[in-house]
Amino acid sequence: MRSITISNSILISAPILVLIVLYAFTFQEMEGHPAEKPQQEEMTPEEAFEVMMQVLTHKRCINCHPDGDRPLQGEDSHFHHLGVVRGPDGHGLPAYQCNSCHQDRNNNFSGVPGAPHWHLAPKSMAWEGLSPGEIAHSMTDPERNGGRTIEEVEHHLTADPLVMWAFEPGLDQEGKPREKPPVERGDYILAVKRWVASGAVIPE
Amino acid sequence: MKMKLEINGSQYEVDTDRNMPLLLVIRDMLDLKGTKYGCGRAACGSCTLLVDGEAVRSCSYPVSLAEGRQITTIEGLSENGQRHPVQQAWIEEIVPQCGYCQPGFMMATVALLNKIPDPTDEDIDQNILNVCRCGTYFRMRKAIHRAAELNKSNI
Repeated sequence: MRSITISNSILISAPILVLIVLYAFTFQEMEGHPAEKPQQEEMTPEEAFEVMMQVLTHKRCINCHPDGDRPLQGEDSHFHHLGVVRGPDGHGLPAYQCNSCHQDRNNNFSGVPGAPHWHLAPKSMAWEGLSPGEIAHSMTDPERNGGRTIEEVEHHLTADPLVMWAFEPGLDQEGKPREKPPVERGDYILAVKRWVASGAVIPE
Repeated sequence: MKMKLEINGSQYEVDTDRNMPLLLVIRDMLDLKGTKYGCGRAACGSCTLLVDGEAVRSCSYPVSLAEGRQITTIEGLSENGQRHPVQQAWIEEIVPQCGYCQPGFMMATVALLNKIPDPTDEDIDQNILNVCRCGTYFRMRKAIHRAAELNKSNI
């Protein structure tokens, strides 16, 4: 008789518990992910541009968009050690390619960073020393961006694994995490998409 | 994880973490000690070997990337008891001092000569960025030019 009472209690209380858990989970989701879509819609094109540029002017991007023939590296953007140069196609020299050391993923044992098709941006896309507006002009100019349309630029900025590496830059040679751009990946992607969708206007 | 590797034309099977550096697999599991551990940071080049003919720094190369590819180490340079032109040139020019870094330099040289059969001094300086603490760079440069000559005479 006692066991039947316990079973009945469980039968009655279980659905209530499930409802409470579901409610809490949904509420937590709303709290934890503060409404990404409305945020995108609320962001003005100027705000979107500013958020995007906080990432594109960060050393994780600029180090591979150098104004010269040598890659930059590290948090202080020093010249790449050992005289490494860009080579004819940005992938290094014939017998000393970027992927002699950099593979398609970070190597946290050696501290060597990696991502698919690791290479330098072409010289026409040098961003080192440029203002955000100048960077935007360079990346939207087909003469300089490799003939990319604005949709292709958006894809490069938001989906290319080499660009996305900036948000997962791994550990350095001392085992310390490399600095990430000051904007979360999701917010950056939303900002790029918002800026492009609003006409990719470059603020004066 | 079990992986099959082809090294110097021989087949090996290893069971290890897929991110284990290729260098450690080759040296510690397969007992091929010619490839050297230097810095462990892909900086000095002592661990250089060839994967599909390209020079790679094996201390920073996950073993799983080498599956299905042809790996060549210093032990695989000579064929049928015949020294490779790079080995012959290294002997003729009496290059090594302590010798520790030399296998890495020799493998980097093989990769260079595959791409640039008759390199200039500038080609050598730019494409071979290994480190020799004994400072044998000038003897190595002479040996690289000699190896290029030997390669041509072998054709």
